[in-house]
Amino acid sequence: MTRIVVPIGPQHPALKEPVNFRVVTDGERIVDLELNLSYSHRGIEKAAEQRDFIRVLPLIERVCGICSHSHATVFSKGIEEIMGVEIPPRAQYIRTIIAELERMHSHMLWLGVAAHEVGFNTLFMWTWRDREAVLDTLEELSGNRVHYNMNEIGGVRLDLSPSQVEAALARMPVLEERIRAYVGMVEDEETMLTRFRGVGSLSREEALSFGAVGPTARASGVDYDVRKDDPYLVYDEIPWNVVTDTNGDVYGRTKVRIGEIAESLGIVRHCLENLPGGPIRAEAPKAAPPGEILSRYEAPRGEVAHFIRTNGTARVERVDIRTPTLANWTSVAHCLIGRPLADVPVIVAAIDPCLSCTSRITLVKSGGDLGKDAPPPNGPRGWSR
Amino acid sequence: MTVSNRTFSGRLMTWARGKSPWVTIFNSGGCNACDIEIIACLMPRFDVERFGILSRGSPRHADILIVTGAVTRQQAPRLRRVWEQMPEPKYVIAVGACAAGGGVFQGLYHMVGSVDQVIPVDVFVAGCPPRPDEIINAVVTCLGLMAEDAVHGGRAWRTKATSEAVAEAIA
Repeated sequence: MTRIVVPIGPQHPALKEPVNFRVVTDGERIVDLELNLSYSHRGIEKAAEQRDFIRVLPLIERVCGICSHSHATVFSKGIEEIMGVEIPPRAQYIRTIIAELERMHSHMLWLGVAAHEVGFNTLFMWTWRDREAVLDTLEELSGNRVHYNMNEIGGVRLDLSPSQVEAALARMPVLEERIRAYVGMVEDEETMLTRFRGVGSLSREEALSFGAVGPTARASGVDYDVRKDDPYLVYDEIPWNVVTDTNGDVYGRTKVRIGEIAESLGIVRHCLENLPGGPIRAEAPKAAPPGEILSRYEAPRGEVAHFIRTNGTARVERVDIRTPTLANWTSVAHCLIGRPLADVPVIVAAIDPCLSCTSRITLVKSGGDLGKDAPPPNGPRGWSR
Repeated sequence: MTVSNRTFSGRLMTWARGKSPWVTIFNSGGCNACDIEIIACLMPRFDVERFGILSRGSPRHADILIVTGAVTRQQAPRLRRVWEQMPEPKYVIAVGACAAGGGVFQGLYHMVGSVDQVIPVDVFVAGCPPRPDEIINAVVTCLGLMAEDAVHGGRAWRTKATSEAVAEAIA
């Protein structure tokens, strides 16, 4: 058997983020996959130990640009739990609104990218156009299109005015109509059916044994959603359903995500209509008492968990971030074995990988020798211009 | 290679490049926020293709390199290599606060820092992340620089001369 190693990345036309795949192939078929995920490693966990809670939030938000609210919320939720601070209902509703808007924009972004990977660029353009309506709503509510920075320890930073709520509600019917169009499209658009059906199949047992999370697991029939199984914010008081599917392939994951966009829209509408009055933040002490907590949250890509240990000061002693993409990589490697090389982009895109979330470690070669990749000895400024 | 504005073919190339600059996007270890805003520029709402701006996968086809994010130690040599692969005249736009000065990641143990520590940058865009209209403005500013550079026969007129170059000019 001849084995050919096809290196993909870290800079590659098919990749949006730096990651290195070493795909081992036998002819057209993939037999093995090696990954290097550390290109975006920045050292955020260490930096979080050196800044106080107020300064950590903007840093934690920049773990990932797409699910920034997820990381900030899961962190402040953990700190509030250690402090024993109960955040006011209005703040919980506002956090939920931003979280679900973020889920909508992330899933629409994904749908476009997945369509792009199979050459269906029309849908890519459509979803990104419709996503702008969600981003406009986010911008009106928080002031920013991407990094919302809505969280504060003890509540949220900004209140929503009645006119903002009204403007956000006015956008909902348009989005509802577009989502209905996507639901129809995924079911009878030949381009998507041909490239998504039966590609990247993952059975329920496999999904459970590989520890898949989020839409990847739910598409394989695993009824697991942190919002339902370990409710936080207001998810136990508002009507919504966990979307699951039994197809287990990329088609199933597409259906789950489109279903989740519709569910999120319902949640946002419900929260905006039933926004309780009152304060938007509770008084939180500056320092947190010593304690340990595992804070969990359902990010657009799946369960994100922050392990936080505090030591009685205004800084964390340790924060450990476990992201959904990391949990899903093993299932990707399994799905790819035996598939043709052309399926790599669509199967990898199907888990909605986020490398800046996942780059939590880096490998340092012993002896400090980085070989030919090392910057010049007199530092990066030594490069000729 | 510097394109001369004195010959007809040189003027034609400068004109063509200004009408349709091709860009390559490089993520040097950022958080994706700038990347999704750049991709939003290519989408129907902002639609930079109406200015002839096309996104290309290969740096060998590109006139402008758009770099996002603070440079990590692993990405620095790759960024340098991608820049070296681009044909002259090449231009670099550093998008976002991190690319301009390290941003919130300044001084972290796995960071090299801003983009201009690794490659020369022509246009910086502020913001975390900058809005798509600001990114489009940066590309248009870059096109202005291209036109001026063509008149001056290269970018030397607007960059600081190294001490060796000054000594050479005096001698």
